[in-house]
Amino acid sequence: MNTDLVLEIVAGFCLVLGALMSLAAAIGLLRFSDLLSRMHAATKPQVFGLLLLLIGLALQLRSWAAVPVLIVAWLFQLLTVPVSAHMVGRAGYRTKHLHRETLSVDDLDAVVQKAAAEEAERRKADAAEEAALAADPELAAELAADGDAGKKPAGKSKSALRTKEPKEAAAKASARRRRES
Amino acid sequence: MTRSRIPLLVEVPLLVWLVILWGALWQDFSAGNLIFGLLIALAVVNIFYLPPVELAGRLNLWAAAVFVAAFLLNVAKASFEVFWIALTRGPRTKNGVLAVKLRSHSDLLVTATGHTISLIPGSLVVDVDRSTSTLYLHVLDIPDPDKADRFREQVRRIEAGLIRAIGSKEEVAMVKAEAANRRNGGTS
Repeated sequence: MNTDLVLEIVAGFCLVLGALMSLAAAIGLLRFSDLLSRMHAATKPQVFGLLLLLIGLALQLRSWAAVPVLIVAWLFQLLTVPVSAHMVGRAGYRTKHLHRETLSVDDLDAVVQKAAAEEAERRKADAAEEAALAADPELAAELAADGDAGKKPAGKSKSALRTKEPKEAAAKASARRRRES
Repeated sequence: MTRSRIPLLVEVPLLVWLVILWGALWQDFSAGNLIFGLLIALAVVNIFYLPPVELAGRLNLWAAAVFVAAFLLNVAKASFEVFWIALTRGPRTKNGVLAVKLRSHSDLLVTATGHTISLIPGSLVVDVDRSTSTLYLHVLDIPDPDKADRFREQVRRIEAGLIRAIGSKEEVAMVKAEAANRRNGGTS
């Protein structure tokens, strides 16, 4: 009877504290100002709250058969919560649903800017190459023939010749092949 | 459709997990049920093909236990921290997006670290650079660069704990060398 009482009290404590953690998550959702901070409130106290609720449940049920189910329930929570937080956070960051004024540091911003600059440069190089091909039909025909000879799909050979050096190399290779035949 | 066969040994951890899951969901760990679970696990693994998870083939039970204990303790701590920040500071909290470069290049370890980080110290993985195994984390309550450095240190510590538990031998050696280095640096 005595141990029963103790277990009851501990179970009750766990259930109340677990519920309190869910409340903490709710308060966090209300209090934080932007999406990324809100995801924090939705992940940490919630996972801990669920753990406490499940422990309370286990103490209340007092059956060993129920324990693996409860552990599995919590493990799945552990596995899925960070993934959903990551997906929402990533989508939020990429669609610029963030308040810059709440950030003191942003290491990712520099990386994104650099990638964007590189992308723009690549686009420009692509456009220049297209223009060169349009201006010089002979070279274009040569490149196309080369692409056929290498049995590469046309799109692929074009992307492989994106930079200038490969283009020259390909032209040289095709010239060599012509000499040999 | 051709695909490379996965050796059965690589599948064993997955099979064991599926059988345990089956038993747990039925709340029945009798031999008959487990054998039937194993048959279903084999069918599932063969029909729903997934790329294999590459384990390092090493498991330090003691380090794993230490890691799990620290994890549970820190989950509790982090929960109260987030609660406290939400209550006292709310919208005025200063956050940061930090890049943390990890030592390991194993997908499993990077994933596990990312998961742990999401649950423990008040952070959330915004993006991952797989080629350099860099995690970009949104971290709650980073008012100054000093705190950002401390946070990066914490992430690396969590990764070290994971490496000690399931990392490959080379990674463990790397962690040990680093720890020795720090100790020497501290005394001199």
